[in-house]
Amino acid sequence: MLRKISASVLSWTYLVLVYAFIFLPVAVLVLFSFQDGRLPVPPFNGFSLQWYEAVFADRKLMAALGNSMVVALASSVISVLLGFLAAYALARYKLPGSALQRGLLIAPMTVSYLIIALGLLSVLNALHVPLSLMTVGIGHVVINLPLCFAIIYASMGDHHINIERAARDLGASDFKVMALVTAPMLMPSILAAFFLSVTFSWDEFIIAFLLSRFDVTLPVEIWSMLRSGLNPKTNAIGSLVFLASVAVLFILELSLFGRTKKQ
Amino acid sequence: MADAGTLTSATALEDADRRKAWGFVAPALLWAAAFFVVPFAFMAAMSLWKREGRELVRVWNFDNYARFFSENALFQGLVNSLEITVIVTVISVLLAYPLAWIIAERVPKRLQRMALILAILPFWTSYVVRSYSWLLVLSKNGVINQMFMNIGLISEPLELASTRTATVIGFVHFFVMLLTLTIYSNLIQLSPNYRRAAADLGANAFQTFWHVVLPLTLPGIMTGAFLTFVLCIGDYVTPQILGGNNELVLPQIIMLQLGRRADFPMAAALSIVLMLAVTVAYVACARWLKIERA
Amino acid sequence: MTASVTIENVSKIFGAFTALDNVSLDIRAGEFIVLLGPSGCGKTTLLSILGGFLSPSSGRVTIGGQDMTYVAPSKRPTTTMFQDYALFPHMRLVDNVGFGLRMRGLAKAERDEKALGFLDLVGLKASAGKRPHELSGGQRQRVALARALAVDPDVLLLDEPLGALDLKLRRQMQDELKAIQKRVGTTFVHVTHDQEEAMAIADRIVVMNQGRIEDFGPPSEVYMRPRSLFSAGFMGEVNFVSGRVAAADASSARVETALGSLALPAQNFTASSPKAGDRITLTIRPEHFRADDRAEGPTVALGEARVAGSAFFGTHYRCHLQPCATDTRALVAHLPQSASVREGEIVPLAVRAADVVALPATGGHA
Repeated sequence: MLRKISASVLSWTYLVLVYAFIFLPVAVLVLFSFQDGRLPVPPFNGFSLQWYEAVFADRKLMAALGNSMVVALASSVISVLLGFLAAYALARYKLPGSALQRGLLIAPMTVSYLIIALGLLSVLNALHVPLSLMTVGIGHVVINLPLCFAIIYASMGDHHINIERAARDLGASDFKVMALVTAPMLMPSILAAFFLSVTFSWDEFIIAFLLSRFDVTLPVEIWSMLRSGLNPKTNAIGSLVFLASVAVLFILELSLFGRTKKQ
Repeated sequence: MADAGTLTSATALEDADRRKAWGFVAPALLWAAAFFVVPFAFMAAMSLWKREGRELVRVWNFDNYARFFSENALFQGLVNSLEITVIVTVISVLLAYPLAWIIAERVPKRLQRMALILAILPFWTSYVVRSYSWLLVLSKNGVINQMFMNIGLISEPLELASTRTATVIGFVHFFVMLLTLTIYSNLIQLSPNYRRAAADLGANAFQTFWHVVLPLTLPGIMTGAFLTFVLCIGDYVTPQILGGNNELVLPQIIMLQLGRRADFPMAAALSIVLMLAVTVAYVACARWLKIERA
Repeated sequence: MTASVTIENVSKIFGAFTALDNVSLDIRAGEFIVLLGPSGCGKTTLLSILGGFLSPSSGRVTIGGQDMTYVAPSKRPTTTMFQDYALFPHMRLVDNVGFGLRMRGLAKAERDEKALGFLDLVGLKASAGKRPHELSGGQRQRVALARALAVDPDVLLLDEPLGALDLKLRRQMQDELKAIQKRVGTTFVHVTHDQEEAMAIADRIVVMNQGRIEDFGPPSEVYMRPRSLFSAGFMGEVNFVSGRVAAADASSARVETALGSLALPAQNFTASSPKAGDRITLTIRPEHFRADDRAEGPTVALGEARVAGSAFFGTHYRCHLQPCATDTRALVAHLPQSASVREGEIVPLAVRAADVVALPATGGHA
């Protein structure tokens, strides 16, 4: 009995310690975003929203926020669309070299983003293509396409084949089958792929850093803010992104959780 | 005749199907080819060229690779990368496994999902910001130094930021979250009957863990560890922000080639070295990743 | 080794759900007991309580005369054969079977020898070096049996071990289980929802429903003389005919039904002795109907019935018979292969009084 209690005390202590480690930097980040002073470090001088005002007044930062959203949404839509079509073709038809095709589609997942960015950058330079948000988006599709393909392909079980056959049997064309039967059946994994893509693109730094020039995404803009050292404004934008992401996460969790419950 | 007729139409149907299928898969394949395979091949080729002055000289040679092995500043980058990555991977697994185990075993079932979401919540700070926030904790006037000075543990602030330790802490923070997630999902996928069977046959808690649970979760651990290795060794942000300019890692050196020196061929060669390191790690892990599971 | 098991007034409550409701049971040493019932009837809960994986909310469990109610699974003289077998996928068969011996500190040579012996018992000695995923379902089932027996338990608990096998293999494994049980003499407690499996292997069957024991006895008794309507219905096809006790004395009772009146021996009232005025339900197995009254033994005529439909089942004709006297539900009867039954034909109905069981009408399974 005593051993049981001490084991349990040990477990909970460990849990609390690791959670403290995990939350320490985030807590400090958020706390000192409200710092009434110029340095986001102790002592805490008092509560102020001045740095949030500074964030919203910063045109470049707001532009970067918008750029990030555009790139994340556009690259995710393209990734999911291409990934879905490829998964459909490879799961439902017998194509020559399908293993090779799958390998090719998955391959970028095993390569560091830095290398993908570097490769694209060298080719774009050689072809004298100017860097822009478009080139960032192209890079983000390269990293997200494997993910979307893998997720959607994995969920295309054989048990769906007969449902699709039934639809075809009842006179639906290929595109109707895909749009009205296959895609809705796979909606949970399509959504998962989409939101994961958005997250990855939104947070991606190195590709966005190397493949952009004048219009930059949020992580790149934050990166350039770091040159000014410790700055409560960086805390404020970091906290904003964190709290907004958490809010979205909880909304998704609640709505998706409700969905799984219903099924 | 009738047979031949159906046969022809069947083949025609198959041909039409195949054309359609190629149509579906083509955009993705073309994208991967144009923006991944071609750039990668171009980069591999470029690693065999040379930069002279501001010009790219397209003469095939191995000078970049030779320089990598002979110039200590370059080679040390690989050594630093490997050392940091191995340390980070080991510490992260050692920290994450007990956490995942406690969440799976000790936390009540209905709270587990919440506990897990909490454990990975800081994932949703921006990656760049996450490293920056460790700077707030570790820098000379940061939280830890001020706390220690206040309680009189130290009189002079310690140099915690811009060190290898800071890089390791930043990495471990990220990968503990990642590994907790993968190990937890591994643990709960394990049929509870394995543990019941072991206990039923007389094993105590430690024996059950050592002989049954640990071996059965090893493939999951290795998969997570491999992922950690790949992501860690290729990362530029964390070492740049937290490690500073001491003990540069390979990605930092690659970025230096791009920035100050504009030496694309050298950067390409170093990238190939980085890829080889990952490949070696994969081969080393593959043995473990392959363990059969019934 | 072997031991007796007693379960005294055991209840198990999960929140608002009563999984076991005051269950008592005496199992003799060396018996093959089958816990039979539909899913959710509490049979697996009872098995888990015997194995020590669950503690009862109240009541007591003794094994070999010793109180085991709160003893941990590893300290009990029981082993469990799990539904999914729970063979350790990373161990060879010989290591799986030797696992319990290893936990008991046996040296490797000794435990390997013993493990091989048990693998031999189940006919898998040649595969000792294989891993579980290389085996078929039936083979895995045997390894699980060998592993559970290797530590020489007093009581072996089997949780639907044949559920995952196909029908043919299942029948074959039933015979093997029974043979092995006879050989080792260990008390077996086996859970299933398949009444044919129960009859094939059990010395005694425990019929369970909604957390309670409905019936307990040898297969023939549970089948022929069920003590509850649920038990009668679960053990096989049965016709329920409602009626009323018109008169009763110590040895027999006269029962009025829509099909006519019949006199039944008092011992055919298996749940309680008959009293005049009791509302009762007669249970009649399909094979107990006689289409003609020239059959062996004294029979009771139940009027005539029209053949509403029939199908040939190999061993018998399965017929739907609509009694002419009433418009109650059609009866199901199994008539011999030799019977000539045509749809629309009128046949006389008869049963032997000894075959009819009368149960209280309450609890209405109709």
